[in-house]
Amino acid sequence: MRLRWMVWIVAAAVLLGLPRMVTDDYWMHMIIMTGMWMILAVSMDLIYGYGGQLNLGHASFAAIGAYFTALLMLRLNLSYWVAMPLSGLGAAVISLLVGVPTMRLKGLYLGLATLGFGEIVRLTLLMWYPMTRGPMGLPGIPAPTIGSFVIESKTAFYYIILALLLITIYATRRVVNSRMGIALMAIRDDEVAARAMGVHSSWYKVEVFMVGTFFAGIAGSFYAVYVSFISPDSFKMMDSFMIFSMPILGGLGTLVGPLIGALILYVLPEATRVFAQYRMLWVGMLLVVTMVTQPLGILGGFEALAGRFRRSKPTLQPE
Amino acid sequence: MHPFQEFVQQLINGLVIGSIYSLVALGYTMVFGILGFINFAHGDVYMIGTFLGLVLLGTGAFSFTAALVGSAILTGIIGVAIEKVCYRPVRRFGKGFEDTMLVSAIGVSIFLETLAQIIWGTETHAMGGGLHRVAFQVWGLRISSVQITILVVAVALMAVLQLFVTRTVTGAAMRATAQNMTAARLMGISIDRIIAITFAIGSVMAAVGGMLVGSYFDAVYPMMGWTTGIPAFTAAVVGGVGSLPGAMIAGVLIGLIETLGSAYISSGFRAGFAFIVLIITLLFFPSGLFKAKRGEGKV
Repeated sequence: MRLRWMVWIVAAAVLLGLPRMVTDDYWMHMIIMTGMWMILAVSMDLIYGYGGQLNLGHASFAAIGAYFTALLMLRLNLSYWVAMPLSGLGAAVISLLVGVPTMRLKGLYLGLATLGFGEIVRLTLLMWYPMTRGPMGLPGIPAPTIGSFVIESKTAFYYIILALLLITIYATRRVVNSRMGIALMAIRDDEVAARAMGVHSSWYKVEVFMVGTFFAGIAGSFYAVYVSFISPDSFKMMDSFMIFSMPILGGLGTLVGPLIGALILYVLPEATRVFAQYRMLWVGMLLVVTMVTQPLGILGGFEALAGRFRRSKPTLQPE
Repeated sequence: MHPFQEFVQQLINGLVIGSIYSLVALGYTMVFGILGFINFAHGDVYMIGTFLGLVLLGTGAFSFTAALVGSAILTGIIGVAIEKVCYRPVRRFGKGFEDTMLVSAIGVSIFLETLAQIIWGTETHAMGGGLHRVAFQVWGLRISSVQITILVVAVALMAVLQLFVTRTVTGAAMRATAQNMTAARLMGISIDRIIAITFAIGSVMAAVGGMLVGSYFDAVYPMMGWTTGIPAFTAAVVGGVGSLPGAMIAGVLIGLIETLGSAYISSGFRAGFAFIVLIITLLFFPSGLFKAKRGEGKV
């Protein structure tokens, strides 16, 4: 028990002291961006790993959140601390537009619907010129402020993303361990059985989709103020594929799996930037090799080694 | 040009591009029907096939037809190799790993695109020495020989495939595998062989489609896999997964909607029409417009 506390204290010290240890701005930037991708991966894991709903349009909800924040701050001069939760809510409300009509779709069909929705969002952002300035994007998104203190340094942004990530992890854990989480896993493993037991499956599916996309919106909102420029290309279809791959690569339906997946899929291509054009080659190979050897993801493999092999993954094709 | 002539002209253009979508859609729908996942790398196989054809043409030793056949054979081999290395091992883990295969396919797609960019650069290449171009004027409409070639080749290939699937023993085995893999295995069908054949056919069709498109637009580029891949897999879904005639008809339908939509509604939204068709189909006809009856041409 004491050891466990020690681990937590060391972890907290490392996380809080990280900006002091990392002096290089570039690495600090990568750590901050990794935090953002981790939020997206964790919320994706909630939707797919626990909710069993294949979502191939997650990046578009981050784009929605980013545009909400940018427009609220630029047009209405709202504070970031007001714009951020509104952006999350905006993404969640728009996810209702997808979630309710597609409620009956299962597996890959839902994935394709969300993929199509994501591309329609991107095209709308491209073409809704008066609002979004199309491909030119929205520059000059103001930095967040606390009183008279303007958050501009990498260190300050680091603490914000750390807090947001911890809130996301805490919130998703609460959802997973709640009545809703149990209901979701029951639906994921056998929807017919769950319904027979009186679980209102449609409502739970829409609800988990909203919770997940809320956090995607928050991640996008952070991106908008951190980079201070967004365009329809900030979050593309390939990003949705990457976010979908993150929890599966790390280990679906686990606490740490999505974090590992996000870390690998974001840091690997960035860290090998020296080899410029070859970098995505490693990513492609890594995805294939991991899937071929560890179909349950990196953590899933460890669990299998430890003899805790669970077969409760969402199935895409009901027999 | 009279507005009606203009409309007919757009119909012809849509028909031509739609027949290419049909060719590529076949690869998606066959794999989806048998393995239950969307092979996102199929569009990139199509792109690689086109580049291989371009390389063959570039040597100067091949006519367009010879380059087309050569690239079709090479791409068929590549398709089978991808299946063997990247999907078959996942299949070994049993049912319920379709999402794992999906991620593997995303990996293959990233790999092929990057590879193409490294070898051939990100720029657009002209398909030198492509099809001989003659334009006919019929009733004020411009119809080029390339368009006629595309239609003839696409229809001929699809007819051959349909005959293969419905009239040969291997075709029957393919249909059996799509219906029930376990039962097919118990009947002595080699599932691995059937799936390899499926990937070979799909990749050959994709390479032919790619060569024809490359010649039609005189443009070959690493991201072309998505330009055609998205309407093509939409066609696979709209046509009803696993249904060959469905994919063929839906491919043409999507080509028409896309061409007419970008001509009369908004050209900037061109890529969006396929998605709107996709979403409407999923919402109102979740099993596709042309659901294959059991045992009838379903692969």
